[in-house]
Amino acid sequence: MRYIGAFLKFWYDFIIGDDWTIATSIAVAVAMTFWLVHSNIQAWWLLPLAAIFTLGVSLWRAA
Amino acid sequence: MNGMFLILATFLAATIEGVEMMAILVGVGATRGWRSTFFGAIAGFALLTGVTIVLGNALLNIPIQWLRLLVGSLLLILGLQWLKKALLRIARPPARRQTPPPFQPMSSEKIDWYAFVVAFKGVVLEGLEIAFIVVTFGAEANQIGTAAIGAVAALVVVGGVAFLIRGWLPRIPREWLRFAVGLLLTAFGTFWAAEGARVRWPGGDLSILGLLAVMAATGFTYLALLRLHPVRTLTGS
Repeated sequence: MRYIGAFLKFWYDFIIGDDWTIATSIAVAVAMTFWLVHSNIQAWWLLPLAAIFTLGVSLWRAA
Repeated sequence: MNGMFLILATFLAATIEGVEMMAILVGVGATRGWRSTFFGAIAGFALLTGVTIVLGNALLNIPIQWLRLLVGSLLLILGLQWLKKALLRIARPPARRQTPPPFQPMSSEKIDWYAFVVAFKGVVLEGLEIAFIVVTFGAEANQIGTAAIGAVAALVVVGGVAFLIRGWLPRIPREWLRFAVGLLLTAFGTFWAAEGARVRWPGGDLSILGLLAVMAATGFTYLALLRLHPVRTLTGS
């Protein structure tokens, strides 16, 4: 049980870290990209924009 | 396909994937410690070898799109976390002096699972792509062994270059190194995650360079803004 807890904590720290907004917004952006591409829109620009925006918001929250 | 031409074609294609793999390994090794990165890479190669031997040509049936989507998303999240921490620390040198965080590589007995997992994922994903190249090129010419020679040669050359620059990296200030690794992880993560979502990048693999340039410009812009409005806190380690 202790190992399962440590395993889950590792992945929580790995993915969420100290700012849950990064993981959440990237998950949403990836899902939107997937949806747009499957709707025949080549949304290659969406993830870079999401990365720029997410980094800005995360820095702003920490500042 | 002529044997030499096949080796050359596989060598060139595998070099591109090898550079991506080594960029991650060298970056993680320089910032988190080489030992755990090395173990992660070895574990990745071991898994890859096992999968290649067991599956052979059936390797092409592995749903690599989903692997790209998963690994790319994780690397993108990780890259942004690293960029954030690096920018906050670079923008605030006085705080760095108050709470000195000199880099302490993990002790020789402990494994840094963070470095291990990133190295493992980088090797598995890129290595799988190299294996795909070998199987695809080799099967077409009915010479998988010959194609494998080109791929192994590419990995040896790229690995040799990575080994040579490894000693030079500690001269770079730690937070700038973290910034550079954050840029690499963000660029590769964005590229792979989007490819996993079946995006077709303009320019193919070359768009990684464009992503690096865009994220570097973004990082420097945010750094300038942070210096104009100093940050309150230092987050994370």
